[in-house]
Amino acid sequence: MMYALQVNDLRKIYKNGTEALKGISLEVEEGDFFALLGPNGAGKSTLIGIISSLVNASSGETRVFGTSVQRDRSRAMSYIGLVPQELNFNQFEKPLEIVVNQAGYYGIPREVALERAEKYLQQLNLWDKADKISRTLSGGMKRRLMIARAMVNEPRLLILDEPTAGVDIEIRRSMWEFIKDINASGTTVILTTHYLEEAESLCRNIAIIDHGEIIENTDMKSLLATLDVETFVLDLRESIVQCPTLEGMEIVVRDEKTLEASLPKQKSLNNLFSELERQGIHVLSMRNKANRLEELFMRLVDKSARQPGVAA
Amino acid sequence: MNSNVIWVGYATIVRKEVTRILRIWGQTIVPPAITMTLYFIIFGELIGRRIGDMGGFSYMQYIVPGLVIMSVITNSYGNMVSSFFGAKFGKHIEELLISPLPNWIILAGYVTGALVRGLMVGAVVMLVSLFFTRIEVQHPLIMLSVLFLTAVVFALAGMVNAIFAQKFDDIAIIPTFVLAPLTYLGGVFYSISLLPEFWQKVSIFNPILYMVNGFRLGMLGVSDVSLGMTYGVILTAGAILFVSCLVLLNRGTGLRT
Repeated sequence: MMYALQVNDLRKIYKNGTEALKGISLEVEEGDFFALLGPNGAGKSTLIGIISSLVNASSGETRVFGTSVQRDRSRAMSYIGLVPQELNFNQFEKPLEIVVNQAGYYGIPREVALERAEKYLQQLNLWDKADKISRTLSGGMKRRLMIARAMVNEPRLLILDEPTAGVDIEIRRSMWEFIKDINASGTTVILTTHYLEEAESLCRNIAIIDHGEIIENTDMKSLLATLDVETFVLDLRESIVQCPTLEGMEIVVRDEKTLEASLPKQKSLNNLFSELERQGIHVLSMRNKANRLEELFMRLVDKSARQPGVAA
Repeated sequence: MNSNVIWVGYATIVRKEVTRILRIWGQTIVPPAITMTLYFIIFGELIGRRIGDMGGFSYMQYIVPGLVIMSVITNSYGNMVSSFFGAKFGKHIEELLISPLPNWIILAGYVTGALVRGLMVGAVVMLVSLFFTRIEVQHPLIMLSVLFLTAVVFALAGMVNAIFAQKFDDIAIIPTFVLAPLTYLGGVFYSISLLPEFWQKVSIFNPILYMVNGFRLGMLGVSDVSLGMTYGVILTAGAILFVSCLVLLNRGTGLRT
C-alpha cells in the first residue's frame, strides 16, 4: 500500500523550550481524505509546517509518497500543495500573477501555467478577479485564491490548514464541493478545521492531536460509533411546569417549552416519544443538540487534559 | 533535479523581481536619478569648479565613476533587502520555501533581480552624467566587469541582512551606519592620495575603495589601487558572501522555524 504521508516519531522543541510535538507517528494512505483535528496550540500547524518544510523537526522523519522531507526536500515538496492558515501571498500582486508564479516555482512552463491558472481560478469563481490587485479581494476570495495557488502544480497531496476559517456558509459549501472533487480525482487531502461538521461530512479518517500527542487515530465511522449518548433538543406544544422523569434517559428543562433529552444510542427514540406522550407532553419538533463529532472531540480533549502529567 | 525545472524556477523569480522593479519605478529608478543629478549640480558644477582638476580630469569627470558605482551599490543592496525582507515579512517567501526549488536557485534569482536594478540605475546615472560632462571610456571590459561584480557582491550582502532582519529597522541600520560611511569614505569624491598617510592606510581596509577605483580605472584609466587588488577584494568578498548566504538558506536561518 502506498502512503501519501508517513510521520515517524516526530518531535519538535522550539528554542523557548516548548515541546510542540512529542514523538508523534501517523500514516495517511494515498487517496484518503484525512482530518487532523485538535484545539488551538495542539501542534497541528507545527506538524503541517514540518511536512511542508517550513519548520525544521527536532527529530524523527516525515515521508511524502515515500520521499523523506528531511533528506530529499525538493522531491518531497514536488508532491505537495499547501493552503496555509494565514494569508501568505503578496497582496499587491494580481491573482493571475500569484498563481502563475507559483507554477513557475514548480518548473511548470508559462504557457501551461497560464492554462492551469485559468482553470483553477474559474473553478473557484475567481477568474473575473484575475487582474485585480489581491488586496482588494474579500476574505473568502483570498482563501479561494490560496486554494487555486496550491492546486496549480496539481499536487498528489493537498494540505489544507483551516481553509474555510472566516468564510460564509455558502462559499464554504462551494469550497467543500471543490475539495471533494479534487479528492475524488485521486488527490490525497489532509484537512485541519475547527468546523467539526466539515470534518465529519468530508473526511474518511481522522487523527486528533492534543498537547503534541495523537490522542485518537482511526476512521471516522468507527470514531462516531463510539459515541454512546446523543442529546436532542425538543420543542414542545404546551408549556410544562415540572421536568418529566424518564427511565434510562436524562432530561433537562431549558425553558418552559424546550427540553433536552440525552439517551443511549441503543435506546429507540420511539421510547422517548411514547413516554412523553404518556405524560401528556406533545413534541412539535426535534433536533440534535450538537454535532456528533464535536461531542466526541470535546470528550477526548477533556480526557487528555485530565490525564496525569498532561498540562491543562 | 530536472534542469528544466531549475531554469523555469529561476526565470520565474527573475521575472517577478523585474516586474516589481518596473511596477514601482517611481521608488526604484527615479529617486537615484534625482539624487545623482543634485550631486552633479552641487559637487560637480558648483563646488567642483573651485576644486579644479583631480587626477588629470575635471572634478566633474572625476566623480562620475564614483557616483555611478555608489548608485549601483546602494540599489543592488537596497533591492535585495527590501524585496527579500518584504517577502519574509509578508510571509509570501513561503511560496518559494515550500516549492521544490533548491536554495541556490532562490539565491540566484534574487541576486539577478538586484543586479538588474543596480545596472538599470547605473545606466540612468551614466546617462544623467552625459548632460554635465563627456567621458571617453578607457577600458570597457574592466568597467563592466567591476560594475557587474560589485552589484553581485552587494546583492549578496543585502541577502545576509534580509535573512537576519526581524523588523524594518533592521534593514535600515546597515545601509545607514555601515554602507553609507564606507561608500562616502571609499574615494567617490576624492583620491586617497589627498589624505594624510594614516588615513590612507585606514582607507585600504575599506572594500568599497577598490570597487570605486576599479570602476574609475575602467572609465577614466586612473586608480589609487592596483587592478589585481580590485578583483581580488571583489571576488573574495563575493565568494565569502555567496557561501554565507547558501549556508544560512540551507539552515533556514530567519526563514524556517
